[in-house]
Amino acid sequence: MEQQLEAILADHPRKREELIPILQEVQAEYSYLPTEAMLEIARYTGMPESRVYGVATFYAQFRFTPMGKKHTMVCRGTACHVNGAERILEEVEEQLGIKEGETTEDLEHSLETVACIGACSLAPCLMINNKVEAKMTINKVRELYKNGGE
Amino acid sequence: MVQLTDFQDLQRQAMADWESLHQDGRPIIMVGTATCGRSAGSLEVLDALRAATEKQEIDCHIFEVGCTGACYAEPLVYIIKPDQPAIVYGDVTPQLAPRLIQSYLIKDNPLPRYSIGTFGNGRIEGIPDLFSTPVFEPQARRALNRCGFIDPTSLEHYLANDGYTGVTKAFAIGPEQVIEEVKNAGLRGRGGAGFPTWRKWRFCRDAPSDQKYLICNADEGDPGAFMNRSLLEGDPHAVLEGMIIAGYALGASIGYIYCRAEYPLALERLRGAIKQAKEHGLLGDNILDSGFDFHIKIKEGAGAFVCGEETALIASIEGKRGMPTPRPPFPAVSGLWGKPTIINNVESLADVGLILQNGSDWFAEYGTEKSKGTKTIALVGKVKNTGLVEVPLGITLRELVFDIGGGAPDGKAFKAVQTGGPSGGCIPESLLDTPVDYDSLNAAGTIMGSGGVVVMDERTCMVDFARYFLDFAEKESCGKCVPCRLGTKQLLGILEDICAGNGRPGDIEMLEELGRGIKAGSLCGLGQTAPNPVLTTIRYFRDEYEAHIHEKRCPAGACKSLISYYINNDLCVGCTLCAQNCSTSAITGEFKGPHYIDQDICTQCGVCYTVCPKKANAVEIISPSLRL
Amino acid sequence: MEKIKLTIDGLEIEAEAGTSVLDAALANDIYIPHLCHHPDLKPVGACRLCGVDVNGRMEMSCLLPVREGLDVKTNSPEVGATRQVAIELLLADHPQGCLSCGASLQCELLHIADHIGVDGERIERLRRPSEPLPIDNSNPFFSFDPNKCVLCGICVRTCEDIVGLGVLDFVNRGSRTVIGTFGNEPFIDSICESCGECVVRCPVGSLAPKRWQRPSHEVQSTCVYCGVGCGIYLGVKGDQVVSVRADRERPSNQGSLCVKGRYGYNFINHKDRLTTPLIKKEGQFVEATWDEALDLVAEKFADYKGSEFAALASAKCTNEDNYLIQKFTRAVMQTNTVDHCARL
Repeated sequence: MEQQLEAILADHPRKREELIPILQEVQAEYSYLPTEAMLEIARYTGMPESRVYGVATFYAQFRFTPMGKKHTMVCRGTACHVNGAERILEEVEEQLGIKEGETTEDLEHSLETVACIGACSLAPCLMINNKVEAKMTINKVRELYKNGGE
Repeated sequence: MVQLTDFQDLQRQAMADWESLHQDGRPIIMVGTATCGRSAGSLEVLDALRAATEKQEIDCHIFEVGCTGACYAEPLVYIIKPDQPAIVYGDVTPQLAPRLIQSYLIKDNPLPRYSIGTFGNGRIEGIPDLFSTPVFEPQARRALNRCGFIDPTSLEHYLANDGYTGVTKAFAIGPEQVIEEVKNAGLRGRGGAGFPTWRKWRFCRDAPSDQKYLICNADEGDPGAFMNRSLLEGDPHAVLEGMIIAGYALGASIGYIYCRAEYPLALERLRGAIKQAKEHGLLGDNILDSGFDFHIKIKEGAGAFVCGEETALIASIEGKRGMPTPRPPFPAVSGLWGKPTIINNVESLADVGLILQNGSDWFAEYGTEKSKGTKTIALVGKVKNTGLVEVPLGITLRELVFDIGGGAPDGKAFKAVQTGGPSGGCIPESLLDTPVDYDSLNAAGTIMGSGGVVVMDERTCMVDFARYFLDFAEKESCGKCVPCRLGTKQLLGILEDICAGNGRPGDIEMLEELGRGIKAGSLCGLGQTAPNPVLTTIRYFRDEYEAHIHEKRCPAGACKSLISYYINNDLCVGCTLCAQNCSTSAITGEFKGPHYIDQDICTQCGVCYTVCPKKANAVEIISPSLRL
Repeated sequence: MEKIKLTIDGLEIEAEAGTSVLDAALANDIYIPHLCHHPDLKPVGACRLCGVDVNGRMEMSCLLPVREGLDVKTNSPEVGATRQVAIELLLADHPQGCLSCGASLQCELLHIADHIGVDGERIERLRRPSEPLPIDNSNPFFSFDPNKCVLCGICVRTCEDIVGLGVLDFVNRGSRTVIGTFGNEPFIDSICESCGECVVRCPVGSLAPKRWQRPSHEVQSTCVYCGVGCGIYLGVKGDQVVSVRADRERPSNQGSLCVKGRYGYNFINHKDRLTTPLIKKEGQFVEATWDEALDLVAEKFADYKGSEFAALASAKCTNEDNYLIQKFTRAVMQTNTVDHCARL
């Protein structure tokens, strides 16, 4: 773990403006922000550790627990909402047995909502590992997660 | 260093290449692979087309293009045979792709029933001219004029279509004259508030400083809007060109593009475009020997709507929590790291490029007295033709929703239209003749915003719609100031109660009072506009609020707590589909027999309503709920 | 300093150039409600309570610099209505156990509610928070109740700008925002040094000392812990010291204290504490007067000189005392063998 983190840090000058790009790269590497990594980032950039945590918790992108192998993001954009996104989310929660923001115990699935993925003409939609599933219905959700989502 | 003459050579070469692309006798196949196209499966279609042409040994040009805006018909494929107009095929599947090749390219049968239109010279029997169809006819495509028609990864395609002539024009006339052009064009900020772009620039240009910054705001946070994404994906150089011109006018040598991380394709296209521009001396030191240095850095937004607010965006670039700071000082005087900073929206910058390329008079041909030019709009929600359009400012909402959008789908009645996203308001049928311009929309209680237009039909509950936006505002509030942090929470709490049937008499008045207080007291634009969805829905749909509170009834049949699903056995054909799909086994009934819903078990998921065959239509929504 | 004349509610007042309208008003005993403002810190304009009317426009007085001829009204209808909404929102979000809250008499929220006038029925119509957040009692000297927190950020700014540590920051956003340490861990597991600077500045009872009694009178003194010599006021009740307050006028500490000076005063009241000198007679310590004790010491010192003598001074003494000890050692005892514990 340390080597990857060091490699990321070495690419950035020790400046406050680098904090968010560093956090983004660390999350891309580990799928979340491990506590030790945030402490190391604080040391590296020379800012109080609470500041790193304050910034990380402000932005919706950052998470503090590992992501599941299959990461579902249900869009809660306006177009999706008027086309029934809320019920789509409920059905995904029902199928996976977890709530928004959670990861299954076996780390297979994690679920989040996203403000808008910009595929508004294909509403309601969701994304599984960056692949957009368009024009969702409750039955399509059941189909997607049938057999544990394989 | 790249001289102006080198650039002119490059431009000539690009134009010659563009010419030969269209004249070398080989057919051209273009596939729309912007995010909307990819979501609909266009990459699979692209693969299928490649495979089919290889198999048939057809020598042709195949390339990817951005989004033309006809998202309702994605994936889109364009086929141009020599000396023929381009045919646009909609809803293309990987199965249909080889048939198009076989039928049109080999057998010369254009399969008109799969086409939504043609463009270019000539007509093809049975296919309408795309730009004369109701969706495209009222549009004025300027910012989007290249979007969907050139390869966004190709600098040459951009150059062959007037690209970067705005920059050379700007260098020829000097920064003062550039500001004058933008002033004469009447360009107002396309990000939402509509502040005259030139005036902002003037403040910044006049502020003495050793360093100034330009920021391109590509953090399109309004849920339900994707105009900027489409532009960045389909024509990234247009934004870079606008930035170079703006930076030159301001005297800013560093530009940032603050783009949402949720737009990976836009980021990829931008990075590619910046690399090309650097290679050809359009970015860097002493651009085209003008003495002007300009460097662009990309910052990825990390997911915060409030970062659309200028001071919050600056805080975010500086590596802080995106919390707005009070103004004054204004960013144009003291912004990023305390230096004069201008933040312009993606579309404003693309418009700047167009103004310099074509002149301010050309730009101001369209629009109203106070709102000049055109506006890109994401038309979504309960409307037949969802997609990205560009219209002259001053077009009415009715033309937008009914002529271009085709009205509500599935025979439902239109109810309202929301502009301006979470900061805007709802406009009812009676005000549909309101022109789409900054001032008319403000007078109706909403704002132009960045261009998201969401259409609602009779099945949309306006209280629930307001609740949705307040839920968004409450989650996206930065939490710094009291009126916004606690006010949005309070409004949301009251709206949730009303939707759940727990509304109390006096709640409507409370919402109005709080709404006014939050608007007046909040620190930044997010809080100052967050109550708009509540206030406008109360203003125009008060009866729906009253029905929820006093009768526990949701007139639109949308609020789960206030409705029941009921099977009308006079209409039920006993197909058992509803019972098979019910996840809680609340529905009982035999094949060809009557069916019943046990209201104590039913969770109002609505799957029975959606699976019931259209012919029978036996599942009804009843409000107030039968459980009460 | 240049003096500026301005008018607040018809009263002409003078203020130094560069001060804010809020500070100018407060200095002239004109109260304008405020929650996130603290005289030691830069203004942030977050609470939106200090709005005033300037030519029909509402401005936050904490951010508005005084200008010659400025005509300020502290309570126009618009300003009043906005403030009303803000205070009602705050009160609806705040626990109502003011009687058992140690901060009640200093509580800014109560002062503001009192100033604005609050209609209980209107508060009742608002929605109350559902689940209370857990209280952090981990620090031995103070507790943190996030439910009482108004998120003015004074603690965050104090720790960063005055203490220079940055233990705290805002965590999360929107209505889920809380004040928190790294990882939102309990205070005791953070890098907090328990100096209590944030606690004394908390305008409500969110950060509150665990032991607190109102003294019957205060005595000006100097902290005994180290040579800095921080000025303090000891709060006395009967014959007990019940509180310590920093002296804002003392140049050495200018209102700040560390954990020992602020919270470590209990030894004063301890039953084992020596209150008179003791002299050992026949193997037993016996109480003596100061004169007896000093005479005895002087008499014994007279037997030694030069290298026979060494002095070890204490960091608990003031700088002046330490100066005197070295002077005495060198001039009277004629040796340079002087040392100092220099740590504590």
